[in-house]
Amino acid sequence: MPALKDEMLPIRADSDIVLVRQAARSWSIDAGFSLVEQTKMVTAASELARNTLVYGGGGTVRLEALEENGRRGLRLTFEDRGPGIPDLELALRDGFSTGTGLGLGLSGSRRLVNEFSIESQRGEGTRVVIARWR
Amino acid sequence: MERIPILKMGDFLLVTIQVDMHDRLAMTLQDDLTERISRTGAHGVLIDISSLEIVDSFIGRMLANIAGMARVLDAATVVVGMQPAVAITLVELGLELPGVRTALDVDKGMRVLRHALGRPTPQEADAGAEG
Ligand SMILES: Nc1ncnc2c1ncn2[C@@H]1O[C@H](COP(=O)(O)OP(=O)(O)O)[C@@H](O)[C@H]1O
Ligand SMILES: [Mg+2]
Repeated sequence: MPALKDEMLPIRADSDIVLVRQAARSWSIDAGFSLVEQTKMVTAASELARNTLVYGGGGTVRLEALEENGRRGLRLTFEDRGPGIPDLELALRDGFSTGTGLGLGLSGSRRLVNEFSIESQRGEGTRVVIARWR
Repeated sequence: MERIPILKMGDFLLVTIQVDMHDRLAMTLQDDLTERISRTGAHGVLIDISSLEIVDSFIGRMLANIAGMARVLDAATVVVGMQPAVAITLVELGLELPGVRTALDVDKGMRVLRHALGRPTPQEADAGAEG
């Protein structure tokens, strides 16, 4: 499905996570999301952007405005060329962290969106795709 | 360096978070608050997050850490003003903020702190005397 609009942002520093949150907010508003829907999307974006930076060693996010059968949506794709995730099932468990986090970034953001997919190759990187629909 | 201001009111410390904090700024606030509690002997910390449009697991961890460290330093912490959309999202994210007291606004938060310290307001003390 072709996107109505798309944009790519770098994730290389703390300040980029703030920029990703701001972009996710304004694209959520453009998609017509309610305040709660916006808040869920922005929160998920913040979690995943931080993972891209902290664990992936930096990367990018691609924002895409979607429309399907008159429904509007927003898709975010986070990508890095970091070490990858050896055990996805474990990483998606509530409370699992190899760092100092609460281990809620992946599992929690999955609950905050309508579509969630993750691909990871050891030594090659990680890609997480999320989408929300009105 | 950019910092979030910490105000002192009696033996309470007040923090109003008005910016979308990047992670390092949040860590700095945590350190600054801990240092101020121990230096001033403050017995209460009130954190106003009514301007925050999201609370993710990083900010959640910061709030829980602040409450935990304050407790060790014999101070009570209350977080006030969480927006409803933020609260709904937090629950779905799975964040429980263990040990963090919350209140709807600054007034109620002050009351929670005074209660925690066994110091009801004059009005409440009067009401108690009447009843
Ligand atoms: N982009 C990534 N690259 C490599 N590992 C990752 C990535 N994202 C998540 N992980 C791994 O998955 C674990 C769980 O992530 P998350 O649920 O966000 O919790 P936390 O960030 O608190 O550790 C991380 O501790 C890390 O080991
Ligand atoms: Mg994370």
